Amino acid sequence: MQDKDIKFLEESFKQFYFEHFDLIHVPENPNQREFGYQKFNVGMKRHISLKTDKDLHLLLMQNTPSDVYCSNARYSFPNLPMSEKDWQNADLIFDIDIKDLNLDGRNEHCCIKCSNCSEISPLMPNCPKCESNKFSTIALTCKLCIKAVKEEVRKLNEILINDLSIDKNDVKIFFSGNEGFHLHVNSTSYQNLGSKERAELTDYIMFRGMIPETLGFKKFNPEKSSFPDFDEPGWRGRVAKQLYVTKSKKSGSIKQIISSGYTDFQQRLEKIKGQIGIKIDPNVTVDIHRIFRLPGSINSKSGLAKVLVDDLEKFDPYTDACLFNDEKISLRVNCPISFTLKNKNFGPYNNEITTVPKFVAIYMICKGIASLS
Amino acid sequence: MVNLGVDEIVKYPFLTEAGQYLQDKGFTLEQFGTDSDLKKIVDSAFERITIAADGKIYKSDTDTTSNLPMEVFSFLLAVILLKLTGMNTLIRRFSLAEARRAEHFLEKDLMDHTDQTKEQLALKIMRDLFSLNINKSSDDFSIPISDYLKHSINFHEREWKIINRKVSDGNVFLTSHETVRLVRKELDRHITSKINSSSIPPMLEGFEDYVDKLKSLARKFEVHIIESTEYPPCIKHAIEVLEKGENLPHSGRFLLGTYLLGKGQTVEQIAPLFKNAPDYNEKVTLYQLNHLAGKSGLTKYACPSCEKVKSQDLCFATEECDNIINPTQFGRKTTVNAR
Repeated sequence: MQDKDIKFLEESFKQFYFEHFDLIHVPENPNQREFGYQKFNVGMKRHISLKTDKDLHLLLMQNTPSDVYCSNARYSFPNLPMSEKDWQNADLIFDIDIKDLNLDGRNEHCCIKCSNCSEISPLMPNCPKCESNKFSTIALTCKLCIKAVKEEVRKLNEILINDLSIDKNDVKIFFSGNEGFHLHVNSTSYQNLGSKERAELTDYIMFRGMIPETLGFKKFNPEKSSFPDFDEPGWRGRVAKQLYVTKSKKSGSIKQIISSGYTDFQQRLEKIKGQIGIKIDPNVTVDIHRIFRLPGSINSKSGLAKVLVDDLEKFDPYTDACLFNDEKISLRVNCPISFTLKNKNFGPYNNEITTVPKFVAIYMICKGIASLS
Repeated sequence: MVNLGVDEIVKYPFLTEAGQYLQDKGFTLEQFGTDSDLKKIVDSAFERITIAADGKIYKSDTDTTSNLPMEVFSFLLAVILLKLTGMNTLIRRFSLAEARRAEHFLEKDLMDHTDQTKEQLALKIMRDLFSLNINKSSDDFSIPISDYLKHSINFHEREWKIINRKVSDGNVFLTSHETVRLVRKELDRHITSKINSSSIPPMLEGFEDYVDKLKSLARKFEVHIIESTEYPPCIKHAIEVLEKGENLPHSGRFLLGTYLLGKGQTVEQIAPLFKNAPDYNEKVTLYQLNHLAGKSGLTKYACPSCEKVKSQDLCFATEECDNIINPTQFGRKTTVNAR
């Protein structure tokens, strides 16, 4: 990113925070949390302790960060090095990202930026200009993908509430500010779990490692009666719905499953995993020392904000998290595909100079497809 | 803990303090080495250890009331003998066998519908010693998910994964057998720590012969390890992916790094393997490998288990894997002197 673009983004972010201090707050137990931030083109600075919203606002004004983070963990001494922090507990966190859903239509709203010559082109295996196969993929807005990722969030939320018995008021859903959602769970029952226990929990949520016996299919002499009922709680019920489709087809489905044999069923479960397992990023959930994007902060990958989602169904990230104003900005843009922000379509742009609202300019610079002219 | 009757101590002798118990009963340790009348109790303790060393479970005579103190003494003196012998292999075998013995009683007591005291004691042991809060409704047992996870992570078998359990409303449902089995490892550790922490002199008169015999018994269990230098298939795969210049996911890099570090390779020896990665950055690679090696933080990371590798779709098991539970065990052949 060029210096002039960095300066523009830093000033824009700073102004935004200054005018919207009401949107960004320290979380619960701030004095036990570790904070961190990044500046454009500079590494992470972490092990910071903040006690109040005022401390946070001062940090935003003084350091003009590109991204701001806060630990899900609570420590006795959050500002000391990791080995001396004295970990107490950590909120359960989940990250669901569009890129992990492997959606068929995703390629249609992606382009590539060559790592070698910076050429931007539609998605293809090699850079059309220099033939290099090293490039980064840039994904732009897509309502269908957001719809799919919302459905994943809904399913996760259901498991948290029904299977894990987490109070629905303890689950907070946030748009991540780019291509997914973050779920923060503030439940004392799960806060003390270590990394290994959380790994087990992620396997549960992702439907990884289920053996046929759990569904009543013993290797020898399997009995029809031990297969799950349609309305059973937990995974047995969810798998039953997937296998039988309707209650009336239960008997026939089980007969067919048994006649196809144990190994076949094992393989079928593997396939089902991709369909019904929740596609969370397991590395996020098992990390009990992570600093996670702070709610209310701007995500420098897109210029959109990480915001709380009250009504998942109605939430439109490309409007509700797109918080910059529409001041006109002129820039050079190279974007082979179009995208939508605040319900307006933009692009494609063929390496041309154009004038767009500030919220679009910030989005495109953050995505690496535009530069101030 | 609650005050226990002798019949309860027979079942759960690890709940007592050896020295204190003997003292309360009017004995000193020295008496057992010198008093010929008490020798048969030491013999019984010795037998209890040899049975455990053989992988079997000591069978108590709990039916004859007069024999109950003898049963308790034999456990406590076995603890003393093991501490004097100091052979970890025997301590491990004894602790496991005694844990399994106690499991049997715990299971029986948990299911005892005729005697509420027994059930309450078993529930209390599970709660106080192993932080396991059990809800019992007739013959069904359920425990909170977080309690379950803290114990189940000790198991490698797939059936213990929470995905393979009935889960509802924040609870995991188990049979009495499974509930008790869940704490075997902790029970085993508890007994081991009882032995290791018992405070006794380096040797007691009259115990020398027993100790010598136990030391020679322990030698039979010495393990010789022959390791092959071949990489397991998951590691071969990870290296192949990198050699082809393809992207190896973070979990694959973690596996490769921790495996090779665990095998004694240095960060500098491992780093070049990542050179072909599409996103290779020498500084980042060295930083991450140093981090795995524990040089930049408090944790030195261990190679993930086969179960974990499997769940990350990085397992390419062959027959040679031979049911190992961690890639670092690949090609390791062990021979034991006895059996």
